[in-house]
Amino acid sequence: MNIVRLVLQAGLRDLSRNRWIVAYTLAFLGIAEGLFWFGGTGPQVLLSMLNLVLLVLPLVALVFGTIHVYASREFVELLLAQPVPRRELFAGLYLGLALPLAAAFLVGAGIPFAVHARAGASLGGVAALLGAGVGLSLAFAALATWIALHTDDRLKGVGLALGTWLAATVVYDGLVLGAAAAFGNYPLERPLLGLMLANPVDVARVLVLTQLDVSALMGYTGALFEHTFGTALGTSIAAVALLAWCAVPLLLADRRFRTRDF
Amino acid sequence: MITLDSIRKRFGALDVLQDVSLAVRPGAVTALVGPNGSGKTTLIKIILGLTRADAGALHVDGARADAAGAYRRAIGYMPQAAHFPTNLRVGDVLELVTQLRPGEAIDDDLARAFNMDGIRTKLVGTLSGGTRQKVNAVVAFMFKPSLLILDEPTAGLDPLAAAVLKEKIRAVRTEGRAVLITSHILAELETLADDVAFLCDGTLRFSGPVAALLDRTKSRSLEEAVAALLRTERVPQRATPDAVTTSRVAPLLAPQPQGGR
Repeated sequence: MNIVRLVLQAGLRDLSRNRWIVAYTLAFLGIAEGLFWFGGTGPQVLLSMLNLVLLVLPLVALVFGTIHVYASREFVELLLAQPVPRRELFAGLYLGLALPLAAAFLVGAGIPFAVHARAGASLGGVAALLGAGVGLSLAFAALATWIALHTDDRLKGVGLALGTWLAATVVYDGLVLGAAAAFGNYPLERPLLGLMLANPVDVARVLVLTQLDVSALMGYTGALFEHTFGTALGTSIAAVALLAWCAVPLLLADRRFRTRDF
Repeated sequence: MITLDSIRKRFGALDVLQDVSLAVRPGAVTALVGPNGSGKTTLIKIILGLTRADAGALHVDGARADAAGAYRRAIGYMPQAAHFPTNLRVGDVLELVTQLRPGEAIDDDLARAFNMDGIRTKLVGTLSGGTRQKVNAVVAFMFKPSLLILDEPTAGLDPLAAAVLKEKIRAVRTEGRAVLITSHILAELETLADDVAFLCDGTLRFSGPVAALLDRTKSRSLEEAVAALLRTERVPQRATPDAVTTSRVAPLLAPQPQGGR
């Protein structure tokens, strides 16, 4: 555990001074504050931020995460040459990447909502947005780590990261919509719910929207989700699904890290 | 004492190491030489546990190396180039490595010689390549491991720093510790090495004292001797029976008294 703490500490020190992480924090801060500044009410800002979070967070976590893992390769080799177990080293390295990303989002998006607490955004909605953002950061940082550990070719790795982002944010919904249209005569409710849980971006969207009274914005699967499970159970299922989306890539990346040749 | 016994490693269809057996003896500097792609880096990575051998055994001070990596307490490693996170301070890097190896005796000779106190608060990203290489050397020599593995250690160092480092390597040898060193500057190796291990196409073609190699190849320098080995690499060779390492390749060189320098 001590090794995890030491490596995490080094990662936090490194990334807290990273100009991209600082810019990322300031971008969220500026955009959220700007939305409030230009007259947005709490719920409106929340919805605008949700769209931003669903699009930008996976992209930054995937691309920045992949590049960071590649850039750390030689340093990781130096650490692996020390008498430390690989599992603990991996935990420290992953947390040293994922926590600064999540913290940058929390600080950048959280401060404006705290400052404008009286603007009308529900506490549950803000908590869901911040929770979903943290979950997406952790999940996509794990995916980025897994991709970078699997592919030695950096160009291919970054390409895969971009492809994953495109698939999760754009292509997937298109395919689901196409399937719904093509098989409209069949009872698709359950398969569609399953498909929704199979994409962390959809899960995060539903997690936040179930906290808001905006079922019209949930899309077909979101509305169906709330109708089937209700708000409380729906939120719980979405939260557990997002946790699973953090855990599964992380376990795969951990396994890869422990068994691969450097 | 590090011994490698019949180490084999294959990457896809390529046999990178084929039955390599080598012993790095304490109190000596062993030069690991060979052309590009001969398997030197892979061999070093196997010793460090970064890469796992397909077959064979690695023993450190008599005990078989375990997957948990505790045996690496006996090893100090200096990679060819230092790539520390650019936003860490030099002090952060040194502190991290020190804390990862708690309870180990600290050797701060090199840290003082390279004036680490003067750059402790500097960000790694602001250092010149040579200064980073000094930090790299300090990290490797910071403890008192029984084996030091140095990959092109003087690359990027100014002549003065290189001389300091070479002096430290000699001091380590005098203390009875083992050094495994790779470099493409054979003239530099000649001034340091007692033993030489020559890898080519993944096979250990020669291993033994430098003097024995010079004598047998009728060469005046290590450079000439390695060139001679390269010319005859297709001819099987074997080290002297009492040499520090063994090779499974058939003998070319007749027995010769030890002539370690």
